[in-house]
Amino acid sequence: MSKYYKNFPRRLVSALLVMGATMSIAQAGDRVEKYSGENRGKPAQPSQVNAKFQQECSTCHIAYSPGLLPAASWRKVMSGLDKHFGSDASLTDQEDKEITAFLVNNASNRWNASTAPLRITETAWFKHKHDSHEIPQAIWKNPKVKSPANCAACHQQADRGDFSERNIKIPK
Amino acid sequence: MFREFNVTLVCALVVVAGLISSPAFAQTPEEALAAIQSDAAKAASDFKGFSAARGENFFKTKHGNEWSCASCHTENPAAPGKHAKTGKVIQPFAPSANAERFTDPGKVAKWFKRNCNDVLDRVCTPQEKGDVLAYLLTVKK
Repeated sequence: MSKYYKNFPRRLVSALLVMGATMSIAQAGDRVEKYSGENRGKPAQPSQVNAKFQQECSTCHIAYSPGLLPAASWRKVMSGLDKHFGSDASLTDQEDKEITAFLVNNASNRWNASTAPLRITETAWFKHKHDSHEIPQAIWKNPKVKSPANCAACHQQADRGDFSERNIKIPK
Repeated sequence: MFREFNVTLVCALVVVAGLISSPAFAQTPEEALAAIQSDAAKAASDFKGFSAARGENFFKTKHGNEWSCASCHTENPAAPGKHAKTGKVIQPFAPSANAERFTDPGKVAKWFKRNCNDVLDRVCTPQEKGDVLAYLLTVKK
């Protein structure tokens, strides 16, 4: 008994050290494993949004925030604009260069996977946040929603890169 | 010396006045049509001018693909349209309803290339472009 108490401070320190180490390992593991590494970056668009990006990428759909995909995805998207999800969305070389640089420089900084999906809706973070526990299937079938790519149907500030909970309004 | 100065001054005034009075748009839709007409004449030696009726037919007909021009711009080009896939609103196509249309040569070239590719899988001929613009210019608000 007395022996135990004599060693108590040392034991406590050891125990705390072990706990601390375990927690850091667990946290590091979380960081790597979250959404299998397919995590979006900071959703808000950078304060200095590129004017060309805003103009050219918001004609047919909202200008999707660069942080929603990794740099490799944006490079792929931008190299195939002549066949952009079924439409020709080609740009002049100058526009292409400027917009690609903006997208790549502001892409997700939390994406650790080697994957580079073309569609935001194919990413693990998107699927997780919009799974059937969160969003009942019926909502996707609402004509006002039309498609999961139609962020602004529910995320009312999506065109400004704001996807916060308080700005979600699911159409009836 | 005095005369030279005067000429420079007049030139400068003309340039400044031009800058102040120049319209916000780089060209009028009629000038866009004239440019297409010059291309059409170069492309075909038997070019006989544009036809609004042919343009309307071209605009409203599918050309082997899923979409016609009217799929997004609607059957009434003076009304707002809607992107056939995303549903995003497209401002009216007819210049009478939308003063910006056909005033930026870069945009005209960009969108003819894109949309002709979507609708016809190829570029449009100057004849086709001119017919469509001739039609759009007849559409009243």
